[in-house]
Amino acid sequence: MAKKQDTTTVDAPQIDAKIPAGPLAEKWSNYKAHQKLVNPANKRRLDIIVVGTGLAGASAAASLAELGFNVLNFCIQDSPRRAHSIAAQGGINAAKNYQNDGDSVYRLFYDTLKGGDYRAREANVHRLAEVSNSIIDQCVAQGVPFAREYGGLLDNRSFGGAQVSRTFYAKGQTGQQLLLGAYSALSRQVGKGAVKLYSRYEMLDVVVVDGRARGIIARNLVTGKVERFSAHAVVVGSGGYGNAFFLSTNAMTSNASAAIQMYKKGAYFANPAYAQIHPTCIPVHGEYQSKLTLMSESLRNDGRIWVPKKKEDAEAIRAGKKKATDLSEDERDYYLERRYPAFGNLVPRDVASRAAKERCDAGFGVGNTGLAVYLDFSSSIQRLGEETIRARYGNLFQMYDKIVDENPYKTPMMIYPAIHYTMGGVWVDYELQTSVKGLFCIGEANFSDHGANRLGASALMQGLADGYFVLPYTIQNYLADQIQAPRLSTDLPEFNEAEKAMHTKIEKIMKIQGDRTVDSIHRELGLVMWDFVGMGRTKEGLEHALERIKEIRKTFWTKVYVPGLSADLNVELEKALRVADFIEIGDLMARDALMREESCGGHFREEYQTPDGEALRNDEEYSFASCWKFNGDGEEPTLLKEPLVYEFVKRQQRNYKA
Amino acid sequence: MEKSINITLKVWRQASPKVKGEFISYKMDNVSTDSSFLEMLDVLNERLVKERKEPIAFDHDCREGICGMCSLYINGHPHGKDGETTTCQLHMRRFNNGETITVEPWRSAAFPVIKDLMVDRGAYDKIIQAGGYVSVNTGGVPDGNAIPISKIDADEAMDAASCIGCGACAAACKNGSAMLFVAAKVSQLALLPQGRIEGAARAKAMVAKMDQLGFGNCTNTGACEAECPKAISISHIARLNREFLSAKFND
Repeated sequence: MAKKQDTTTVDAPQIDAKIPAGPLAEKWSNYKAHQKLVNPANKRRLDIIVVGTGLAGASAAASLAELGFNVLNFCIQDSPRRAHSIAAQGGINAAKNYQNDGDSVYRLFYDTLKGGDYRAREANVHRLAEVSNSIIDQCVAQGVPFAREYGGLLDNRSFGGAQVSRTFYAKGQTGQQLLLGAYSALSRQVGKGAVKLYSRYEMLDVVVVDGRARGIIARNLVTGKVERFSAHAVVVGSGGYGNAFFLSTNAMTSNASAAIQMYKKGAYFANPAYAQIHPTCIPVHGEYQSKLTLMSESLRNDGRIWVPKKKEDAEAIRAGKKKATDLSEDERDYYLERRYPAFGNLVPRDVASRAAKERCDAGFGVGNTGLAVYLDFSSSIQRLGEETIRARYGNLFQMYDKIVDENPYKTPMMIYPAIHYTMGGVWVDYELQTSVKGLFCIGEANFSDHGANRLGASALMQGLADGYFVLPYTIQNYLADQIQAPRLSTDLPEFNEAEKAMHTKIEKIMKIQGDRTVDSIHRELGLVMWDFVGMGRTKEGLEHALERIKEIRKTFWTKVYVPGLSADLNVELEKALRVADFIEIGDLMARDALMREESCGGHFREEYQTPDGEALRNDEEYSFASCWKFNGDGEEPTLLKEPLVYEFVKRQQRNYKA
Repeated sequence: MEKSINITLKVWRQASPKVKGEFISYKMDNVSTDSSFLEMLDVLNERLVKERKEPIAFDHDCREGICGMCSLYINGHPHGKDGETTTCQLHMRRFNNGETITVEPWRSAAFPVIKDLMVDRGAYDKIIQAGGYVSVNTGGVPDGNAIPISKIDADEAMDAASCIGCGACAAACKNGSAMLFVAAKVSQLALLPQGRIEGAARAKAMVAKMDQLGFGNCTNTGACEAECPKAISISHIARLNREFLSAKFND
């Protein structure tokens, strides 16, 4: 076991997030009023690399090109339209208060901060709430077909962690429609030549020249060629690291490699332990399984979650002797409604996930594995009719039916928590700049706005806020000092070295020629992550996980087998490079979780809970963002702290009961 | 209940765009009927890797039917013969024990094969770049509720906007036409006041680009609608034609 980090000393190095002074509601306006800008003639001379074409990447690339910068945009899929933001289902929050139900910028700010268990920055979250309304306006102007009322105005639905209806949606395909909106804006700029698009490219490294990010190394996934690109600034929106768990709701190519390479080049990695386990996913069913499918949180608007009240009934159901529909109302335990009367089925995701795990661990789970609970629409169907439910969730019900082969209009869905989103990520300051100058990080890839738990319908809001309305401002404050900087040649020694290092890494993997497939090692890592770094974490479990990850790292670097050639289309090699980095992020997650001796949001240490099983925070000692600094391969990373100072909001224990 | 079946796969293998391809047969025993088609291919690929052979290259990503990355012509149908299903959502319970399943890439002049079952669909991006957008910059737009839109129009626009850009329509079409793809975007934006303003110019620009990229003409066979995994209606093609004709009249 590695030597335990000294985490609680007050003299641990502290980091400054560059939060503007002044009253909370005026910080962002003041920042914009006084920041440096780049004039139009100079914008033409500046190049910006944007990695990723999800909500954050596509909206940033389009907006920066509209302003006049030259943008190089990289995309791992064959088209920017396929980035994984597309799979977001339920909706996007905004403080419009169109429903006249008491919403406001402050309330959205407060709910988001509280939902994150008071582990996010006040100033960032307030800015997010401020720009939320502009996002809706922008998307409507792009032709995003949001759901509407008969009077022609925009419709809203409710989501977890809020007592107002502030979520805008487009059927169960909100992420798709918002992404296609950003994609259309991006395509317009590609058509004009303002954005040069590189699809089927994967970023392998960031190139730092004289302490500033000045380019990237990327692999052309079709030819296998490793290529160099230079620019005046690098923006990375490469998504989260949930696939470290092997089974997750992420897409197959979603990966942590860009983030890990940034970390290795000096960007701090913040709060890696904060991962979100989403409560409503289709349960695991077989060994061959490649991914988990999410059922939108919006279903909790009309679905009621329950397990049998009596263990005998749960056992009979697991054995196939009874069906859900055999149980009468008083034989069912609607445990969320029972435990959290005020929020009921709409408690935040971390609370709902832990409650499901608690019931299943206690022996009340259903399905043939016992690792499932029911999500039941029968009372809504009775109240509203099947047609209304079909109009709201038709595509989700159809998706469930295809995968499970059961009709959820007739029999309750079975759901279980699964890893879905990562709140942790690359550390950024208020300007979304990492600890490497000129290197920016946006969307899920950064750590900024969700604290220890993200509320539903807030990921889309944050991705688009970063890309449309925050980064296009803050990056100019940096670039204003770079207008004299020339376009760098990619023949500089820094580019040579970065490319050479990548070639060495790739050839090392190719030469191992062991007997383990990449997937088999990834699956092994995933099981360790789920069992010990998942919903319930303990000191012993995390120490064990760190040992196991060390073994898995060794297995990978001595036994992996990658067929084919490196300079060719080689999917196994792509996967191997990603798994090497998932091992590193797995280590960071376990390390961070072990350090944080408290429970907050998605991070639940079993040693730290209230008598009724709720997360027990320790604001005295752990009110900081943990930032990990890379010290070289095989070396222990150093912990740095960004203190989270609450000037405007009084922290409380989250209460969703009354 | 979980069952397993034995199948034979006939898979198109082609090392690179320029070389000749061929069908290779693979026998697979004990395939779980609860696994998806792509999970079945994962199992085959892991076996091939263990046998020190090249795995089959195929496109896929979200595996929940929304990203449009997966493709495959299965037994003569894009995304298999099930209606309203992408390949990633197709499950092995839809096949019979002992069945031989033929798997090919999209066959369309505008979608050249990259390797095995992987094709280049960049042409669809180029069509969107030619005009599949509303010309607004970030910022300075009116309030989201400033222009009421009838629910009927908004819903119809949403139906058109469900297109995932997978290419099944062009792959299914005997003429290799991309009309349903183009029509879905033209129709979505023409139905909304925000997109209405550029309606005619958009239709003209997108159709011109489609023709230039080597897609064929539409002869109304309806194969695209039948094979579309998102059930996009060919009534959108009629709306595209109206937009296109009105643009021509104004020339």
